[in-house]
Amino acid sequence: MFSYFGKRLLFLIPLWLGISLIAFFFLQLTPGDPAEILLRKEGIEPTPEALQSLRRELGLEDAFYIQYGRWLWKVIQLDFGTSYRTGESVAKEIFRRLPATLELTSVAFLFIVILALSIGLLSTLREHRTFDRIGLILAIIGASIPGFWLGLLLIYLFSVKLGWFPVMGRAGLSYIVLPAITLGFGAAVTQARLLRTSLTEVLRKDFITVARAKGLSQARILLRHALPNGLLPLLTTLGMVLGRLLAGAVIVETVFAWPGIGRMAIEAILQRDYPIIQAYVLLTATIFVFVNLCVDVGYRLLDPRIELDSQ
Amino acid sequence: MMKSAGLIIIVSFLALGLFAPDFAPNSPLALNLKHRLEGPSKTYPLGTDNLGRCLLSRIIFGARMTLGTALLTQMIALIIGISIGLLSGYRGSRLDFLLMRVVDLTLAFPSLILALVIISLLGPGLNNAMIAYALVHWAYYARLVRGLVIEIKGRQFIEAARALGAGPLHMILRHYLPNILSPILVLAPLDIGRVIFALSGLSFLGLGAQPPDPEWGAMLSEGRPLFTTAPHLMLFPGLAILITVMGFNLIGEGLIQERRGVSKFQDKPMAP
Repeated sequence: MFSYFGKRLLFLIPLWLGISLIAFFFLQLTPGDPAEILLRKEGIEPTPEALQSLRRELGLEDAFYIQYGRWLWKVIQLDFGTSYRTGESVAKEIFRRLPATLELTSVAFLFIVILALSIGLLSTLREHRTFDRIGLILAIIGASIPGFWLGLLLIYLFSVKLGWFPVMGRAGLSYIVLPAITLGFGAAVTQARLLRTSLTEVLRKDFITVARAKGLSQARILLRHALPNGLLPLLTTLGMVLGRLLAGAVIVETVFAWPGIGRMAIEAILQRDYPIIQAYVLLTATIFVFVNLCVDVGYRLLDPRIELDSQ
Repeated sequence: MMKSAGLIIIVSFLALGLFAPDFAPNSPLALNLKHRLEGPSKTYPLGTDNLGRCLLSRIIFGARMTLGTALLTQMIALIIGISIGLLSGYRGSRLDFLLMRVVDLTLAFPSLILALVIISLLGPGLNNAMIAYALVHWAYYARLVRGLVIEIKGRQFIEAARALGAGPLHMILRHYLPNILSPILVLAPLDIGRVIFALSGLSFLGLGAQPPDPEWGAMLSEGRPLFTTAPHLMLFPGLAILITVMGFNLIGEGLIQERRGVSKFQDKPMAP
C-alpha cells in the first residue's frame, strides 16, 4: 500500500516540475521585455544602458536554469511576481479571487453529488420505465448542452422572467444558485447515468441474490449492498468531473460575472497580463494533478486489487 | 436507433453548411438598419439581429463555419496524435519515453485551460483557437494509439511481416495503421462534440471567431447584451450547438452500443 502511494507521489514530482517548466517558459515566450515594461511603468525612458543595467539587476541575463531555479524558489514561497496591469502582487490577486471559485465549484460539486445520486437511484428502481427514460434523455441533453447557453437560458427564465434569482454578481446565497446549476448540470446527469448503469450491473450479482434471499428490504439492498459497489466506477471519473468544473468555471464565471479566478484569467488574456495567466495556469494544473492523485489513491484504498501498471 | 437519429442530424447540418448559399434566404453579413431586432417574418424567418442581419442565414452559414472548423481541428489533432502514437509505440525505448512524458504533461492540464494559455500567446482569433485546441487535443489520441500499437506488436502477422523484411515505413503504414484505425474512428465522432464545445466556448469568450463572423458561439456572445429584449438572438445559435453536439453524441453512443452490445450512456472515456 505504502509503496503504491510512494510511487504515485514520486511520479508526481517530475510531472509537477514539467508543469512548472511550461508555466516558466510561457512567460519567456510572451512578447515584450520585462525590463522594458518595468522601466515604462516607472516612467523612465528605456535607453539601452538603462535596459541593460536593469536586466542585469533582475537576473535576466543569467543562464536559463538559474533563472528557472530562482523563479521556482519564489513560486514555492507563493511569490508569482507582479501584475503588468495593476503593478500589484499576483499572489494577492489570486487569493482575493480564489475563494469565489472554490465556493462555486464546491456548491456545483455538491449539486452534482445530490442530483447524480437521486436520479441514479431512482432510475435504477424504475429501470426501463418512464423515470429511467427521462434520466437517459437528460443525460443526452446534459452531454450536449453548452454551459454558456444553459447559463443564459437560466438567467432569462429565472432572473428576467420569473425574478427568482439575481441576474449576476456575488453578493449572497441566492447569487450562487444559477451559476452552480449551470456548472454542475452536465456532469450531474451524465454521472447519474453512469451510476444507474453500474448499479443495474451490481444488482445482478450473486451477493445481491443472497441479500434478497435473506429477506432484506429493497431499500436496504440498494443503499447498503449495491450502492457502495456501484459507486466505484464513478470515482474514476471524478478527476474528469473536476477538470470539467475547472474549465467550466472559466465560462460560467464570465456568463454570471462571478468574480473568481476563471474570469480573472479571461480578463488577463484580453489585457495581456501575462504574470496573472502564468500563476493561474500553474495553480489550476497543480490542483488538477493533485486531485487526480487523491482520486487514484482513494480508489486504491477502496479497491486494493488495483495495481500500478507500468505506464 | 440512436445512431441513425444522430446521423440524420449531422448529415442535415453538414448539407446545410455545404450548400449554405442555396439554403440561406439572405446574406449572413448584409446589414439592414431599417429592420433591426425584428421578430420572424417572411423575408427573415427567424428575425433579425441588432444590425438587421438575417438570423436564419447567419445560423445556416454558422453551420458551415462551426462544423467546418471543428472537423478541421479534429483532423489536425488526429493526424498529430496518430503519427506521434505510431512513432512512439513502434520505436519504443527512449523516444517512446520522451514522447509519452510530453503526452503526460499535456494531459496534466484541463484541456480548455491549456488552450487558453496557447491563445494568450498567439492572440485571439478563430485560426489561433483552432491551432491551440488541436495542440492540446492530440495528446489523448497519441496515448491511445501508442497503447494499441504496443498491444498488436507481438501478434503473428506483425512478426511475419518483419520476417519478410518489411521496412519501418511499410510496417507502420501497411500493418500498424490499418489495425489501430477502427477504435479511433469510433471515438472520433464522440469527440467532435467536445471540439465544437471548446471552439464555440472560446468564441463566446471573445477568444475565437470574431464578429461579424457567423459562428454560433460568437453569435451568442454578440446577442448576449440584448437578450432581455431580443431573446431569439441567443436562443437559436445555442439550439444549433445543442442539436449538432447531440447528433455527434448520439452517433458515438450508437457505435459504442453496437460494439459492446449494451447501453452505456456515460461520460466520454477520455481525459478532460
